[in-house]
This record gives sequence, C-alpha cells and structure tokens, in this order.
Amino acid sequence: MLESLDTIKTIALSELQKTSDMKTLRLWYSTHLSKSSQLIKSLRNLSNVAAKDRPTIGKHANDIRKILEQAYEDRTSYLNKSVESPGHKHIALDVTLPGRSLNRGRLHIATQTLRRIYTIWADMGFQIYRSREIETDELNFELLNIPLHHPARDMWDTFHTNSPGVILRTHTSPGQIHAMQANAPDPIRVILPGMCYRYEQITARSEIQFNQVEGLAIGTNIRFTDLKGTLSDFARRMFGTSTRTRFRASHFPFTEPSAEMDIECFLCSGEGCRVCKKTGWLEILGCGMVHPAVLTNGGYEPKKYTGFAFGMGPERIAMLKYGIDDIRHFWGNDLRFLEQF
Amino acid sequence: MKVPLSWLKDYIEIDLDPHEIARLLTFAGLEVESINFIGLPQSNQRQNQTSIYGLEWDRNDIIVADITKVEHHPNADRLVLAQLYDGEQTHTVLTGAPNLFQYKDQGKLPQPLKVAYAREGAHLYDGHNSGQELIRIKRKKIRGIESYSMACSEKELGISDEHEGIIVFDSEAPIAGTPLVDYIGDAVFDIAITPNMARNLNVVGIARELGALTKTPIHPPKTNITIAKSMQSALEMPKIEIDESELNPRFTATLIEDIQIKPSPYWMQLRLRMSGMRPINNVVDITNYVMLEMGQPLHAFDYDVLRARSKTKAPVITTRLPNSGEKIMTLDGIHRTLDNFTILVADNAGALSIGGIMGGSNSEVSDNTKNVLLEAASWDLINIRQTVISQQLQSSQAGYRFSRGVSPEIAARSNYRAAEMIRLFGNGTIAHATIDKYPRHYVPNTVKLRLSEIQRSLGIDIPADEVISILLALDFSVEKQQNVLHVTAPDHRLDIGVDEIGTADIIEEVARIWGFENIPETQISDLMPRQKNNTLLEKEERIRDILVNLGLQEVITYRIASPENEQLLHDSENGPYVHLANPITPERSVMRRSLLSSVLECARNNSRFQQRIALFEVGPVYLPLLSSSENQSNLPTESQRLSVVLSGKRVSLSWANNQSDSMDYFDIKGIIDELLRAAHISDYTVESGNHPSFQPGAVATLAIHGSQAGSFGVLHPDVALNYDFGEHPTLAADFDLTTFTNAMPNHYTINPIPRFPAIIEDIALIVDNQINNAEVVKSIIKSGGATLTNVQLFDIFRGEQIGTDKKSLAYRLTYQSEVKTLTDKDAAKLRTKIVKALQKELGAQLRSE
Ligand SMILES: [Zn+2]
Repeated sequence: MLESLDTIKTIALSELQKTSDMKTLRLWYSTHLSKSSQLIKSLRNLSNVAAKDRPTIGKHANDIRKILEQAYEDRTSYLNKSVESPGHKHIALDVTLPGRSLNRGRLHIATQTLRRIYTIWADMGFQIYRSREIETDELNFELLNIPLHHPARDMWDTFHTNSPGVILRTHTSPGQIHAMQANAPDPIRVILPGMCYRYEQITARSEIQFNQVEGLAIGTNIRFTDLKGTLSDFARRMFGTSTRTRFRASHFPFTEPSAEMDIECFLCSGEGCRVCKKTGWLEILGCGMVHPAVLTNGGYEPKKYTGFAFGMGPERIAMLKYGIDDIRHFWGNDLRFLEQF
Repeated sequence: MKVPLSWLKDYIEIDLDPHEIARLLTFAGLEVESINFIGLPQSNQRQNQTSIYGLEWDRNDIIVADITKVEHHPNADRLVLAQLYDGEQTHTVLTGAPNLFQYKDQGKLPQPLKVAYAREGAHLYDGHNSGQELIRIKRKKIRGIESYSMACSEKELGISDEHEGIIVFDSEAPIAGTPLVDYIGDAVFDIAITPNMARNLNVVGIARELGALTKTPIHPPKTNITIAKSMQSALEMPKIEIDESELNPRFTATLIEDIQIKPSPYWMQLRLRMSGMRPINNVVDITNYVMLEMGQPLHAFDYDVLRARSKTKAPVITTRLPNSGEKIMTLDGIHRTLDNFTILVADNAGALSIGGIMGGSNSEVSDNTKNVLLEAASWDLINIRQTVISQQLQSSQAGYRFSRGVSPEIAARSNYRAAEMIRLFGNGTIAHATIDKYPRHYVPNTVKLRLSEIQRSLGIDIPADEVISILLALDFSVEKQQNVLHVTAPDHRLDIGVDEIGTADIIEEVARIWGFENIPETQISDLMPRQKNNTLLEKEERIRDILVNLGLQEVITYRIASPENEQLLHDSENGPYVHLANPITPERSVMRRSLLSSVLECARNNSRFQQRIALFEVGPVYLPLLSSSENQSNLPTESQRLSVVLSGKRVSLSWANNQSDSMDYFDIKGIIDELLRAAHISDYTVESGNHPSFQPGAVATLAIHGSQAGSFGVLHPDVALNYDFGEHPTLAADFDLTTFTNAMPNHYTINPIPRFPAIIEDIALIVDNQINNAEVVKSIIKSGGATLTNVQLFDIFRGEQIGTDKKSLAYRLTYQSEVKTLTDKDAAKLRTKIVKALQKELGAQLRSE
C-alpha cells in the first residue's frame, strides 16, 4: 500500500513536469488531486485498510497530498511567468523617444513675478488695491506733494494726453491717495500694483510702460523701524532667508525720511559680480515715511497718524533673478523668451 | 555734480579714503555715482553703488619738471625741442604743443616753465586717440631726433579732454622732481543731487554735509571785500530798479574797474575742468568758480557797453517783464523771443540778459573789457524753471541752480567773494560798495520740534544732545526748552517747511546724519486693518489660470498703440481715442481701444518662429467718455478685456503625430466651452454672429446672462492678410472680461456621485440642414427632464441617402436616476418622449426608422 502511494507520487510529479500551460495543468490536477483521483480516493477509503496500519498509511497519503499540492502551486506560478504569458513578453521600445507633446500654457513672467509679490505681502497682511492708469495731474503729482512747476517734477518724464491735466500715471503712487481717501480714518495695509508709464526712449534699460508695486501702511503707531523690519522681512521671503538688507537716505517728495533699500546680491552672495556691478548689493526698492502733506491730502491727521510707503519694479526684480539683460523682452512677447519661464 | 576732493579740503580737514567719503555721502542721500581718480592710487576694495575709474600716476615716472629753453626742430616746423630739467638732469623733449611756440629760439627762459613730465616707460593715455587708450612711453626717433619722454597734456594724464597744448603750471608749482601726484593728484566725486538737496549743488554744501557726518568743523570761504579808499577816476555806479520783487527778491551789483582780461591761474582752470566746465578768461572763470563753490550763479556785464547804451553817466538797470514780442540774443548766439512771464535784466536801451539764466551777447565780457559790473541776484525758482523749459535752456548751469532754489541771503556774500577774486586775479580796483537792492527780505523759519516726535516717527529715542549736535553741524540754530527744541533753519535751507511738515523735515535731517544703519528693525505692532475680500481680482486671476491650463500662453503687450495699427482689424466700432500730447513715436501715439489688435500683432511677430501659436491677454482698453456731464471728471473708462488668438498647427511637429492639422473654428470654440465650464458660467448663449473682423458665417457671438460678451471665430481673410499671417487660418476671440467676472459665481454646489447605474443609448436623428446643434440639444434636454443627465453629440453625417438638404446627428444619451435603478421600460418611455418632442419641435426623424 505504501509502495503504491509512492508510485502515485512519482508518476504525478513526473507528469507535472510535462505540463506546459494552464490547460494541461488543470488536467493534471483533476487526474492527481481531484476528488476522483486515486490519491484522494485512497485517503477516503482508509476503512479498507487494517486498523493498525491506518495511522501510518493515512499520514503518508496526506503528506503526499501536501507535496503534490505544493508542487502544483509552484508549477502554476512557474507557468504564469513562462514566455507565453503576456507579462513575460519583451516589447522592443525605444524608451528614449520623446514623450507625446502636450501644449503647456504659461503665465507671462511679469504676472508670475507679480503673483509672487502678492503672495508674500498677503502673508504679511497687505491686501491688493488697484486703481486707474490714466490719472489727473492732481492725483499723480499735486496731492503727492509735487506741486505744478516744482523742480521735483524733473524726476518723472510724463506722458500727457490731449485733455489738459490728464496724464498717464508715472507711478502707482496716486493709488495711495485713492486708498487713503477710501479708508480714512481706518488703518491701512495695502499693496498697489499696476502698469505705469514714462516718457522715455525705449532701450535695453528703459521702457515706456512698466509694472510697479507700491505698498502703504498707515496707522497710529507705524514707525521707521517698522518700515525697516517689514521690508527686510519681504526681502528674506523674496530672495532667501539669509538675505541682508541696507537702507540709504534718498528723496521722494511723498515720503520723509526717504530711503533706498539694497539687498545683498543673491547671485554672488555679496562677493561682487557683473550683475551687482562688483558692489555686492542690488538696489531693489524705494521707501519712506509718508509725508505729512500726503497724509493730510489722504484724509489722515498727521498729528495722530503715521505711515510708511514703498515701491518696487517687478520687471527689475525678474531681470535680476533670471539674468534678463534687456527690458524690451517683457512687452516684446517673443515666445522664445516667454516659454523659458 | 562733480566735486574734486582737493577743493573739499579747502573747507574741511579730513584724511579719509575717497571710498569712505563716497560711502558716507551715499548713505546720507548724496549718491556718489562715480569717483574719478586723477593720479591717486585706487584701493581695490568693493564699494557701494559707486563706479571707480581713473589713471594712477607712477610717483617716480610722472613728475613736475622745468622747461628752461625751447628750440626749433631741425627737420619739422610743427615740432619744437624743449630743454627740460627733472631735478637731477636735463633732457631734450620733443613736443608739438602750440603753447610752447611763443618761446621758440629765445634762449634760456627768464623763468622756467613748470610742466608735467613723464619719463620713458610711464603709463599714460594716448592723446591722439578719441577715447582713453592706455599707452606706455617708448624710445623712438622722430624726424631724426631721439625721443624717450614727454611733457604731458591734461588728456594724457586723464585730467580732462584738453589736448590743445601741454600743461603749464603757475609759478608757485613745487620744485622739479616732485611727484606730480603729490601736487595735483585728486579724486573727483560725481554726486547725484536730488531736488530737495539743491543747497548742496556746490562744494561748500558738500563739505558741510561731510562735516556733519564726520563731526568735523568746516571753514567756509572768506567773503570780505577790499574797497579802494579814494579813487579819482572812479566811474559812477548804476541805478538798480526792481519792478517785480516777487520774481526778483534781491539784486546785488559790484563794479570792478581797470581789470586785465587774461587766462585765470592754472589751479582755477584745473578745478573748473575737473568740475566739468570750460575755462574762458579770468572774469568768466571766477563767476563760474564762485558758483561751483558757493552755489550762487553770477553774471558779469561789460560796464562800458552799459554806459555807452545809456548815454548818461549812470546807467539805469531794471529787472522787469518783457514788452510784448521783446527779443534778445543770448550768449549762445540764439535770437530768442521772450515769453511774457520771463523776467529780464534790462537798461533803457533794452534787454541785457534773461534774469538768472543767460546773459545777452551785447554786454558780454570780451578780451577788451576794462570795467565789469558783477551781478549776483535772487530769482523765483518756479518762474526760472518755466523759462528754462520754454526757452530750452536746460544746459544752463545758472538756470539749473536757480530753478532748484538759491537762497537770496547768499547773493551778497557771493558777490563779495567773486568781486574780490576779480580784483586779485584781474588786477582790478573796487571803488564803490556793492549795491544791494533787497525788497523781499528772507524771513528765518523756526520749527518747534517735540523730542517725542522723533520716537513717534523713527521708532527710536535719539538723545537730545545728539539731536542738537547734528542740527548745529548742519548750521541750524537750536534752543532747548524742556522736551521741545526750537530749531531755526539756516538761511541756505529753503526746503524746511512749517508745522508738521517742518517737523518731518527736521526729523529727516536727524535720521539721515544719525544714519539709517543705526536705526533697528521692528515688526509692526500697530492694529491690523480689517481684511476685505477682493473677488474681482481673484476672478481675473482665475480666468488667467483657466486659460493657461488650456494650453495658452499669456502675453502682455504695449497699451500705447496707434490708430493705424488698430485699423488693420477692420473693426467698424471706431470710437475716439485717448491721444498722447507728447508721443515718443507715431506707432505709440494713443491708448489702445482694441486688445485683440495688440494680441494679433504679437501673434504675427511670433509666427515666423512658431508652428503653433496660442496666446491670450487680459488687460484694459481705454475709452474716452463721449460727453461727460458737468460733475464728471473727463477721465476715460478703463475696461478690462480678454483676447485669444490661435494660429498654426494644432500640435507641434513630433514623431508621434505624423499628421498635423491646422487649428480651426472648433479649437477656439473648445477653449471657450471649457473656459465657461471652468468658470462655472452656465447661463450663456452662442449664436451665429456678424463682425467685420471675422470670416462671414464662421463667427459666433457669446452672450452671458443676456449681456453681449463679444465675438469669436475665424479671422477675416482680409484682416489675416493685413497681419501677414500665412496660409493657416487664424482664430480669434475678443471679449469684455467684466461679463465673465460678473457672471462667475462666488459659490456653486456640486452634484452627488450617482448611486444607481445609468442607462446609455444612442439616437441618430435626421434634421433639416439649417437646424443647429444647440436647438436639438435644447429640445432633448427640455423633454428629457431631470433623469436625462448627459447629451453628447458624437457624429454628424451628410449623404444622398438621407437627402441633400438634411443631415444626420447622432447623440449619446445618459439616463440616470438619483432614487432608483432605471429599467429598460423607464428608458424606452423617456426616449419616446424625447423623440416625439424632437419631431414636433424640429421635424426630426429617427434615422433608424
Ligand atoms: Zn553680485
């Protein structure tokens, strides 16, 4: 009896080796391990065996069944991986071919830069306040402490329109007056982005239109130390946490004291390079405490309120960050330029 | 303004490196744009915003030397041979300098000529080259005579562009052999002076700033005048009359007699040239020198001309407004017709000068002048500025200074200073005291400064004694009463205001000298304003994002355009423009009315380099108000628009797309469909339209919430030709952006994901050709009700078997219920209803029937 069981095992294992696909494997299973197979039958018919041999033979038959089942499993996974299965087939692909092209759209680099500036100021509690581009002389100059015929007017070359007293704004500063008149006497923290215009020749370094982002903070306790801290925070967000800043005295008629903020050149870490003209510093923005006359014109009593203002050029920042050597690229809109961002 | 270091040192004892001086001035608001090192060594340290240039003179090779004798060159008429003593030995130096020819072949000169001598091997600039080309002196033979060294011109030494002759120093120059750099080595600062700093448009002003910054006292120039006690032949003084004291608050005049017109001393010429001015003669040079030194422009009249014109002993000089059409010929030789607001200096015979800006040629100082009337006056800056602009006299140094403000108090002091110098350097005599007409006296301005205001504005406490010492160093006078400073501005400070403005002006001065670098940084501790929403901007940015996601490139174009360019669009809607009064070029002369025109121009510029162009811009157009009611300002409307342009291939050349179709109407339609969907705008209609910029029949109009948003479609072939687009059709869209942003909901709700299975079926309909898809879909949706969740057109067929005036449209319909699993019976019922409605409303037939 034990011998015949061993024979069954030998035959079964040898036939298993001959199975070549799932179909012959299934056939093998029904021959050797199904209910009707000789092995399973012999396990069921142990009653025919002498009582004293039953445990031995029963155990032996069961062991063989386990061996065959294991062999079946192994064979199944072997055949699954065999060359005929699709997962084993080799596909001759040139994996280096370019992928199917997609038409990626992009924001203009000026918009990208503006949005980065918006985000940083938004995080610091400055909301966006937009105002018109075609302005009155009064808003663009007079209310900003730049009277008619005043020598300070030489600082802005202005496009005039055919309507007397109507000009293209030379800076976003008239937005300061709009924002103040709309909010007085509540505190203000806004940035004023938008297109400005200057009567200049179009060259690699100067444009007739350019974006500006001004900022304005007004309250009962806004100080020059706050201006320095806030603008240095901006510089660290915009150009890197380790960015150092410095402030130089300057002049704008609508702020007093006025300053220029330089940042340590982020291209050479202050070592001096072509972009920073070997100075290690880059001029980034102008700023100052809001002039008392401007506060008054905006509806804030200068005895009670103070404020600071600043202005920067997004295109200049982009030029420095990306090594753009010609400002005309911005409105030239050559896709070979725009698609690099 | 150019300021030589040596000149500053006349008034302030400082021993700082020029780089450090530049840094101090720059941080205090006097931006030093460049330093020109003249002979001095340039330290290599990295500095500020300042650019550094100049020629360093070798101490041993470039020295002071004596020319003792000048002889003719045996073989060349235009050259001479100078015997030159360098302190140790004598050299023969060849030169073509015309200013030596007068000494030719006169034997040993009674007094040697002090010159700048460069030995063999010295580095200099090439005097014959227009730029600054560095060369090294080499030994060579010139017309048979050996040459190995030279006597230098200013150009060769990098002092100025002067190369008319060699430098000949005054006789006080140091002994032969002295290194030249020790004698005239210098550093010239080029300083940008902002309008509020007009007081510093002079050397004394810069010295004063430097004194305050370094806590060093300054010694301003002496302004005493020596008047001859008794002079028999003295001429009679003129009479001065001021008609318009507002425009001419002060007029001073000094008469200097019997002067000798000649070149000014070399040191003065050198300073003028380093400061960017051209020496003329001693009198003119002194007026310029005192202007640069003290900031007061002066004017010298030939007094004999005035006397001749007046026909009386004492000429009468009046400052007045011009008579109608009055003319003057100015020093620059230009005949000018005067504006009625221009203040003149005139005598009985007519105009003598444009007050404060430029003299007339008739009374100009010449080589024959004997007696000079020296004017130092004060003028209204606004009035001067108007004349400068109107007469285009921006190059006048006097006009530049007076138009930025010169204190009347300086007039007399400067007049004394210049008159005394003319007396000394022109061998003249001053017989009468200076006439001083001063109808509008300067009134000193005192500002009350509470010390607490410094803390309120700057955020720091600066000790009172520091504040006081800063103000004193800037010539303010200060009186302290407890915590209040009574600060009186010095007479040269026209920029200090009153009340709060005066306070801010004083605090600025304190902060500037204290140093912004010494003010710490803080976070704002003030109340945070209430935040508001900003939906309009957010929606605009959302539209940009949607279009970028759809594969379009954003462009930003010039908003200044030309009517001619916009007419390329053939848009019949030609309204008035906002015209620029001073356009920079004819192509940029008006504010644009069309955004599409700008984007098409941009697409055209790119079409040569790109296979596929897909652009959009969001931006304003500018529409003048046609007739504004009385109370309205006449500012134009700035209205936001959206334009899209597609042109070229649908996909770029690639191995994966062997056929590459051109884009067509349905590409732009797809973008607009998706834009509306992404913007959650559902209430809109697209209808066949009519627009002169577009191809008839291939243009649609979009209406959102019943308002016209604009048109889109295939660009009219004539327009495409105007823009020179190639064979590809160009698609365009031009919309009023506000119709989109108005319709974009602030909130929207979403549908639940279906819980019950859908039944999908296709129907093919035969309809008349003129029936459009929108009508069919509308009918299907209406009759399908809520259970019909999707209708999708998937085939269009035309063919003889269905009739030439018919078309077949195949739709895939999705039925789905939110409450139960639909049965085939439910679906069949709906289908019947839909088909019946289609038959009734559109005469449609099921194709299978
Ligand atoms: Zn750098």
